[in-house]
Amino acid sequence: MPDALLKVENLETYYGPIVAIRGVSFAVPRGAIVTVLGANGAGKTTILKTVSGVMDPQKGTVTFQGREIQGLDPDKVTRLGLSHVPEGREVFPFLTVQENLRMGAYIREDADGVARDLEMVYEYFPVLRARAEQRAGQLSGGEQQMLSISRALMARPTMMLLDEPSLGLAPKLVKDIFDIVVRINRERDVTVLLVEQNANMALHIADYGYVLEVGRIVMEDTCARLLEKPDIKEFYLGIKDHGVRGTRRWKRKKMWR
Amino acid sequence: MDIILQLVLNGLAVGCIYGLVALGFVLIYKATELVNFAQGDLMMLGAFTCYMFIVWHGFGYWTAVALAVASVALFGALLDAAVLRRVLGQPQFAVVMLTIGLGAVFRSFASITWGSEIYTLPTPFSARATMVGGVSVSHEYVSIIVGTVLLCAVLYVFFTHTRIGVAMQAASQNQLAAYYMGIPVKLMFSLIWAISAGVAAIAGVLLAPVSLIDTNLGFIGLKAFAAAVLGGFGSIPGALVGGLTIGLIELYSGAYLPQGFKDVAAYVVLLLVLAVRPQGMFGAVGRKKV
Ligand SMILES: Nc1ncnc2c1ncn2[C@@H]1O[C@H](COP(=O)(O)OP(=O)(O)O)[C@@H](O)[C@H]1O
Ligand SMILES: [Mg+2]
Repeated sequence: MPDALLKVENLETYYGPIVAIRGVSFAVPRGAIVTVLGANGAGKTTILKTVSGVMDPQKGTVTFQGREIQGLDPDKVTRLGLSHVPEGREVFPFLTVQENLRMGAYIREDADGVARDLEMVYEYFPVLRARAEQRAGQLSGGEQQMLSISRALMARPTMMLLDEPSLGLAPKLVKDIFDIVVRINRERDVTVLLVEQNANMALHIADYGYVLEVGRIVMEDTCARLLEKPDIKEFYLGIKDHGVRGTRRWKRKKMWR
Repeated sequence: MDIILQLVLNGLAVGCIYGLVALGFVLIYKATELVNFAQGDLMMLGAFTCYMFIVWHGFGYWTAVALAVASVALFGALLDAAVLRRVLGQPQFAVVMLTIGLGAVFRSFASITWGSEIYTLPTPFSARATMVGGVSVSHEYVSIIVGTVLLCAVLYVFFTHTRIGVAMQAASQNQLAAYYMGIPVKLMFSLIWAISAGVAAIAGVLLAPVSLIDTNLGFIGLKAFAAAVLGGFGSIPGALVGGLTIGLIELYSGAYLPQGFKDVAAYVVLLLVLAVRPQGMFGAVGRKKV
C-alpha cells in the first residue's frame, strides 16, 4: 500500500521475557477504517500501545505519515496527530466532563478552534453536554466511552486508535457508538484503527480487517470478504456453517459476541 | 476569656503550618503515590535559606522570601528529576527509606552550611502586637494565618482555573491517559514537586519568626504527616483541616492538660479518628484507579 497513513512492519513487543506480538505487519490507508480482530489476550492492546508509544517494540517499525515513530514517547506521538482511545476508557475521574474534553485539546493553542470542537463533540454526543459539569467518574460506562472518544477527538487527530470501545456495553449502545465512529471517520476525515473482539460490529463498519491469533496476523481481507469466510463465521461470529467442514485451523473455542 | 482567644489564634497559626506541610505530602502522594518524609526538612531548608538571604546577603525581607521559596521549589523539581523519578514503581518501603534518608542528608547539609546555632529570622512582623478587644494579637501569628489563606487561594485558582493546573490534576488522576493527551507527565510531576517544596518553604518562612530556626525544625513534618493522615491522606482540604485540628488540640492540651500531654494529644486524636473512620476525615472510601 503506497499511500498508507500508518504502516506497521514486523513488530515484536515483549512483556519482560514474554512475547506478546510476534512479527505483526499491517497498513492503514488514509481515510479508511481498519480493524484488527482477536480474542482476549491475542495482543490487540499491545499493538495499539506499541503504535502510540506506551510500549517500545523489540523489533520492527511503525511508520506514521512517512515518519518512523516507534520508541517515541506517547505525548510526542499524540502531537503528531495520532490519538489513542485506550481500553477501559481511562477518563480523569475527578475532573468534570468538560475539563476532560479540554485536556484532550491540551496540545492545541487555538482557543477558538477548541471551542468549536467542543460544540462539535457535544453534537455527536448530546449526553455529554448535559453532563458537562459532572465529574467523569460519575458517568456510566457508555458515557465514559463516549467521553473517551470525544476527548481523543478534541486533539483534532489525523488518526484515532480505538481499543475495544464495545467492551462491557449493551448492544444498542455499541451500535450508537459505532455509528458515531463512522460519522467521525467520514465527516472529520479521521482515519480509524479499531481493535475489537466484537467481530460482528467491527466487520460491518470497517473497510479492511486483520485477524490476530496469539500475537500473529493469521488472515487479512476486505471486511466484506472476511464476513463470508467460514472460519470467521464459526469462530468470531458464532454462526455454524454446516456446509463447510474445513480443517480446523484454530483450536480456540468459538467466540460469542 | 482572653487566654482562650489567644490560644485559638496561636493554635490556628501553628495548625496552618502543619496544614501547609501536610498539603505538600498530599500533592506529591496524589501525583506519584509516594510519601515524601523529607517534606519537613524542605521546610527547614526554606527557613534557613530565607535567613541566609536576609542576614548574610542583606536582601530585604520580601526579596529574600521570594528567593528562598524559588530556590527550594527549584530544588524540589531537581530532586524529582534526578532522584525520585528513578525509584517510582519500586517497593514502597524502599521509597520511604529513601525520603527519610534524604531528610537526614538535608539536615546535615544545613548544619554544615549554616552551622548548628539557633537563629531568629528578622521580619517586618517581629515582636509587634495589636490590642484587639483586650487580647494582644501578635503580628507574627496573624501573618501565618493570612499567608496561609492567601497561599491556599492562589493554589486553588491555579489548580482549578489554569490549563497547566488542571493538567497537573489530570496527570495525578490518570498518568497513562495524561500521556495520551500529550501532557508532558514527567514535567507535571516535577512541577508538583516544585510546588510542594515551595509551599513547605513558605511554611518555614512563616513559622520562623515564632519558632526559631535550627536544623531540627523539620521534625514538625511528623505532626504534619499526622495531619495529612487525619484529613484522609489524599485530600487537600483534609490536609488543611487536619493541620488546624492538630494545631488547636496541641495548644489547648498544652494549656489545660498536665505536662506532657501536649505532644501526644495530637496522636491520641489521630488514633481515635482512625479507629472510627479509617479513611480519615475527608478520605474517599474507594481507592483511586491507577
Ligand atoms: N502487563 C503485562 N504483563 C505481562 N503480560 C502481559 C501484560 N499485559 C498483557 N500481557 C500478555 O500479553 C498478551 C497480549 O495481551 P493484550 O495485548 O492485552 O491482548 P488483548 O488486548 O488482545 O486482549 C496476553 O497473553 C497477555 O497475557
Ligand atoms: Mg485488550
